[in-house]
This record gives sequence, structure tokens and C-alpha cells, in this order.
Amino acid sequence: MGRKILFITTDQQRYDALGCNGGHIARTPVIDELARTGIVYDRAHPQNVVCMPSRSTMLTGQHVSTHGVWMNGVPLANDAPSIASDLRRSGYRTALIGKAHFEPFLDPFLRFAENRIGSGGLETEMSIGEDGLPTPHRGFEHFSLATHGGTGPFHYARWLREKNPAAAAMFFQVLDQQLQVNAAGGGETNAPQVKHNDIQRELYHTEWVADQTINWLSSLPADADWFCWMSFPDPHHPWDPPKSELGRVNWRDLDVPPGYIEDATERERVLDNKPRHWRMWYDGTFISNYEAPSKWVPKTLTADNVREVNAMAHIENELIDEAIGRVMTSISARGWGDDLDVLYTTDHGELQGDYGLLFKGPYHVDSLMRLPLIWRPAKSANVAPARVAAPVGLVSLASTFASIAGLQRPDYTESERLPLNDDDARLLGHERVLTEWDSVLFGKIVGARTICRDGWVCTAMLPGTVHDGTEGELYDLANDPLQRNNLWSSSQHTAQRDALLDDMWSSLPTRVLPLRACDAPV
Amino acid sequence: MGSVRRHVQIDRDPDTVWRLVGDLARQHEWFPLTTCRVEGKKRWITLPSGIVFEEDIITHDHSLRRFQYRMVGNPAITSHLGTCDVLDDGHGGSIVVYSTDMEPEALALVIAGAAGEGLHKLKTMMEAA
Repeated sequence: MGRKILFITTDQQRYDALGCNGGHIARTPVIDELARTGIVYDRAHPQNVVCMPSRSTMLTGQHVSTHGVWMNGVPLANDAPSIASDLRRSGYRTALIGKAHFEPFLDPFLRFAENRIGSGGLETEMSIGEDGLPTPHRGFEHFSLATHGGTGPFHYARWLREKNPAAAAMFFQVLDQQLQVNAAGGGETNAPQVKHNDIQRELYHTEWVADQTINWLSSLPADADWFCWMSFPDPHHPWDPPKSELGRVNWRDLDVPPGYIEDATERERVLDNKPRHWRMWYDGTFISNYEAPSKWVPKTLTADNVREVNAMAHIENELIDEAIGRVMTSISARGWGDDLDVLYTTDHGELQGDYGLLFKGPYHVDSLMRLPLIWRPAKSANVAPARVAAPVGLVSLASTFASIAGLQRPDYTESERLPLNDDDARLLGHERVLTEWDSVLFGKIVGARTICRDGWVCTAMLPGTVHDGTEGELYDLANDPLQRNNLWSSSQHTAQRDALLDDMWSSLPTRVLPLRACDAPV
Repeated sequence: MGSVRRHVQIDRDPDTVWRLVGDLARQHEWFPLTTCRVEGKKRWITLPSGIVFEEDIITHDHSLRRFQYRMVGNPAITSHLGTCDVLDDGHGGSIVVYSTDMEPEALALVIAGAAGEGLHKLKTMMEAA
């Protein structure tokens, strides 16, 4: 028997959401215990700050330019490499339970396997692999698919309709009548994408994901090796946890988060010191991407809105922690505890009030890029707990899974495994982490490339609709942890900036394929 | 307004390609649809998800090798014009262009994705024949 792998992801969760990372709102004792006994990465970045590209990086171990999913709506190629396929070929049982999103959601033509699997109530879809043998979709023999809420073709929505046909309507309606991300407000402050949800907790998707994980694991023989990706759709907006749970965090009791600048004049001064798309979005004059409500103007966000959004997100974080606790108890009961590796992370962060903004977009700051990442190695591996300061990326996950399973690092991966500590990071060459952004939305083009190393974050804005290629961002993380002071144009920092840019351009993938077609908005 | 366009080059002469593309009851043979039903200037298409769209046939011009249609009767679709042209590529082959202009614009991207897949299949079918 080998080591089992429980890969836990959340969606759109910030580094500071967790107690182990200094968070003080949500109580996350289960995740904190994983951190206490495992390895915590304090500078983990995604390779893209929206779902599909980032999740594709997790699965392929490749940067965005290589796997080609350059924005939401661009499907990962069916024949793209998958670490789940490698694990399965080596004897692992494989499942993905919860949110996948390697393929577009909005798919009335059912062109994509995830949607066919969900709408058909199937476990997986088979195709012929490179070896000429039948292989399950992306290497997963079992899917139980969900997204946030009860609409759409996935297993959770079908289950929810059977349990309570009225339940889907209890959630916030994600898209409006024009199929745009819904700008409507709710809750007690009319905060965007907030709703008090009448759904019973036991019917909420977080509970369902944990239940389905427990069910699948229960179906496995005791001597099985397995890789289970348990993928929670929360705390991604909309923020509509079960109303029964609202007493956990009262928004009125919260301070505004450190990243929110209450004084509007100072807030706008900070935004004006960043590349122009920041202020343009804040003012509602330029919407670069589909992920944020186009009819909502961030300038209208109030401090109370921010408090309420934070309260709702942290309620969802607590529910996730408790759901993980149930799964961990179930795994221990199976006698797998000593051989279990747990990796916990998310696909990208959330602005959650920072700079007066919500949601996500081409904003390469800690709000969206600094992620929770924890690896609790199996006890049988005898790895000492550690906190790692070196920059690492989700691009290392596939290599890490291979390493846990005793496999050679797959040729297709573009990064070494995650380090066990900072000394290991130096040996493995974890010096920098890279993040890419590209979006094209009906003629509005934005591109960004970012490097983080040696305590600096440097972003070059590519020529596009609003940028001419001369703008960018440079932040000193030690002295400016909230990234308010953009040093890009500071003459004192020109050498620092240029050295970072040189390193970034020479480290990005050199084989950049033509942009694949975008097949849906999300 | 969402305005999108996809195209494909096919190594078959335009009249041959138009014989399939211009037969509006056969679009499901190359486009990701389940069925097409034509009655006069009306067409109904069924998507694999079971959704049925009613369409008005605006242009069906064999000399231009042009087909235009409009989705109607769906309150979610406030504006739509779809156009498919089969052009001579000047080298004995064809270029098939599929355009969509519509509100809601998000749906235009979805149609474009389906058109891209359909055109790829059309090329494969035509060149294999």
C-alpha cells in the first residue's frame, strides 16, 4: 500500500481566511491542525487569478501559456496532460468531487464532458488515451460535480432538485436576465452578490461535497491507494450561506479589513498610483472581464458592504472547515490516517474590500495572488512541520502528487515538487513564482505578467485596449504588505524593477502557443 | 451587442460545401445540434441539452451561398442575427464564415464556440467525402 492523497481545494479564498495564517474571524481548527502538523507555504501564488486557468495549472503542472487555458471560457484540451491520469495508471483510484471547471459552465450545446457527465448523472466519460486504451475523462474514474448553488447540469443540482425542488431558487441568482454576472445586492447592507439563503445546511453544497467524498471513500477497499480531489465551491461569490448559520459572524461586529481604505480620497490616490485599469474599473468605466458584475460600480461599495461580505465569506470558511473535519474523521475510521497526505489550497483569492474593490480581475496583488497552501504529509513519511517563506506556485502541485505516489516527475510538468522547508526550496530552485493574465472581452484586451521573488512583486501590463506596454506595478512586500505604494516609476527602484522583469521574461514558458478560442464567457 | 465570428477553410469547392450548409434541415449533421426542423420560413433546432430554439429564416440565397437567421420567441434573447456564408477561397476551395450578433452578448460567445466546433466538423466531413 502507498500513500493516499486528499487534495482539498476551495474557490476564491484568501490567505488570511485561515486561523493558521493570522485570520481571526473564521474559526478553522481543522485546517489549522493540518498546518500545525504539516508544511505551510506563506508565499504561494496561482499562475492565473481566475478559476479555469488556475485549476488547469493544478491538474497539468503547467503554466497558463503552456496548457493554453488563458481565461475563463477557454476549455482545457481534452488531451491535455493530467496528473490524475498518471496516478491512475500507477494503480491509484481517482475521483474529483465538487467543482472541476476545466471546461466552460455555460454550455447548452453540451459540448464539454463535465457538463455531459453531470447532466447524464454519469460517473465519468471514457475516451481512448495515448496508449490506445480506454481512459476516464482527465484520469478521474469518478466525478460528483457541483458548482455554487442549485442551477446547472451538475450532480449536486440534480440531487438538490430531487431533495427539494424549491431549493435552487433560495440561492442568489448568479446571472441576471442578460446572462451577466448579477449586480443585485442583498443582505442587510445591499452588498453585491449577498443573499440570506433559506436553504437547510444539510442541503448546502459544502455539506454535499463532504458527504459525496465520504461516500466515495467508503466504496474503496481498505488496501486501495487513492487520489481524491475534494473541491469546495465556496467561498466564491455569491455570498449566500444558509441563513441558519448567520449567527456565526455578525457583520456589525467586524472591523473593516486592513486592505480596505475608508477615506475615499486616500483610496483613490492609491488607485491612481496603479496602472489605469484599476481606477477605470473602480469608476465603472472599463470592465475587462466577465467575472465581476458589469453593472456594478465598485466606487459605490460602502464600508458596511465590505463588513457584510467579509462576514458571509467567513461563515462559508467555517462551514468548509467543519466539512473537512467530517471527512478526516471518516478517513481515520478507515484506518488510513498514517498514510494520508492532505494538500489544501484554493484556485485564487478575492479582493474582498481591498482598495474598495470586490471580486477579481487583472489585479496582481496579495488579495488575489497570496493563497493558503498547506501540505500535511503522511505521518509515515516522517516530515517535520515547517513554514516556508520561499515563493511557490500551484504549478508545483502535480509534481508533488507524483512525488507522494513515488512516481518520477512527469515530463510535462514545469516545476519541481513543493519543498519540505526553505532549505529544500533552495535545493529545488524555488526562487520565483510567475502569474499570467490575458483577457479579451468583445474587443477589450488586457494582459499582465507578474513575478514574485526576493520579497518583491513586479507586474508588467502588456499592450492592449487601455495599456501601451509602459505601465506596471512594483511592490516591496516587506515594507508595503498591503501593496499601496507602487514603485514602478520610482527612479530609485529602476534597477530593481528591470532586474525582476529580465528574470520574469527569461523564466516564462518560451513555447507560447497561439491563443486557443474562447468558447463561453465562463 | 456581442459580435463574434468563426471561419474555416475547406478543400472543397463552394458549391459542394453549400449543398450541405445550404440545406437548413441538415445543420445538425455538422453543428452540435440534435435535430433541425424546417417549415417554410421557420426553423426549430434542438440542442443536446434539450433546449429548443425557434428561428426565422431571414436569408437563404443559393447564388450568394448565404444563410441568415434570427432566434425568436425567447424572452432571454433580445436581439439576434446569425449569418453563414460559403465563399470561394480563390484556389478551388471554400471559406465558411459563421457570424453571430446578439444580446445577451454572453450567449454570443457560446454560439461562437459551437460554431467553431461545427465548422471543424464540417471541414472534416467535406474533406473526407
